[in-house]
Amino acid sequence: MDITQNPFGIHERALQARSQRLELLAKNIANADTPQYKARDIDFKEALREVSKQTMQATQAKHFQISQAGGGDDALKYRVPFSASADGNTVEMTVEQANYGRAAADYRATLSFIENASNGIKRALRGE
Amino acid sequence: MSIGRIFDIAGSALNAQMVRMNLTASNLANATTAASSPEEAFKAKKPVFRTMLDEEALKGGSKYGGGVRIEKIFDDTAAAPRIHEPSHPQADKDGYVYKSNVNEVTETVEMMAAARSYQNNVEVSNTARELMLKTIDMIKG
Repeated sequence: MDITQNPFGIHERALQARSQRLELLAKNIANADTPQYKARDIDFKEALREVSKQTMQATQAKHFQISQAGGGDDALKYRVPFSASADGNTVEMTVEQANYGRAAADYRATLSFIENASNGIKRALRGE
Repeated sequence: MSIGRIFDIAGSALNAQMVRMNLTASNLANATTAASSPEEAFKAKKPVFRTMLDEEALKGGSKYGGGVRIEKIFDDTAAAPRIHEPSHPQADKDGYVYKSNVNEVTETVEMMAAARSYQNNVEVSNTARELMLKTIDMIKG
């Protein structure tokens, strides 16, 4: 880990992606009673790739070329409901609640990684 | 910051659900009213929810993109029940009164559904608030 260049590694960008997912799930829950609303979710892998400036690169001739993810909405996917409702709404509250809880836990996890890293830097600066 | 927008989104949903609950309360309160003609009879009021699109929200100067709003409130088209009650002060010349078309059972269920959705959104903003405070806490110490 390079402390001066990139102290938090991937976690800085991961936190961004995590909060985007929380926002999207909040939208789903808010629109639980809206006719024709289609629930969406974020493909975390894609989202991380989008917010990440360090995309994978083919450094050798035998590597596969990774196409650059553009557009910004590649990570957004529509959720497939277990049972569609008559008004065209695909929000299933139990699913959204479970996902929101999970997303909040993920956010906390990423946050504690960042906290650990910054504590490490502080300790190094103090010379302990 | 995405976490901050959650408050706007959940807030718009709280507002919409509160309107829905108010309409239900009004319907229940007027459930037993009577009138002399079907046009005058109380009609149950129902809300129609709609997602606020980002572009739409920006055009309207609102910051609640992705939230929900009440698109319109419409009168239930079910026929007003016609009841023969000659002694009623509102009875027409044939002795009929027209009751409201409110279905109390439907309205009670609607009230419960709205309350549950409201609670869900309160929970969403509570979690968001906790995460935001945790993030801010990192600046300290």
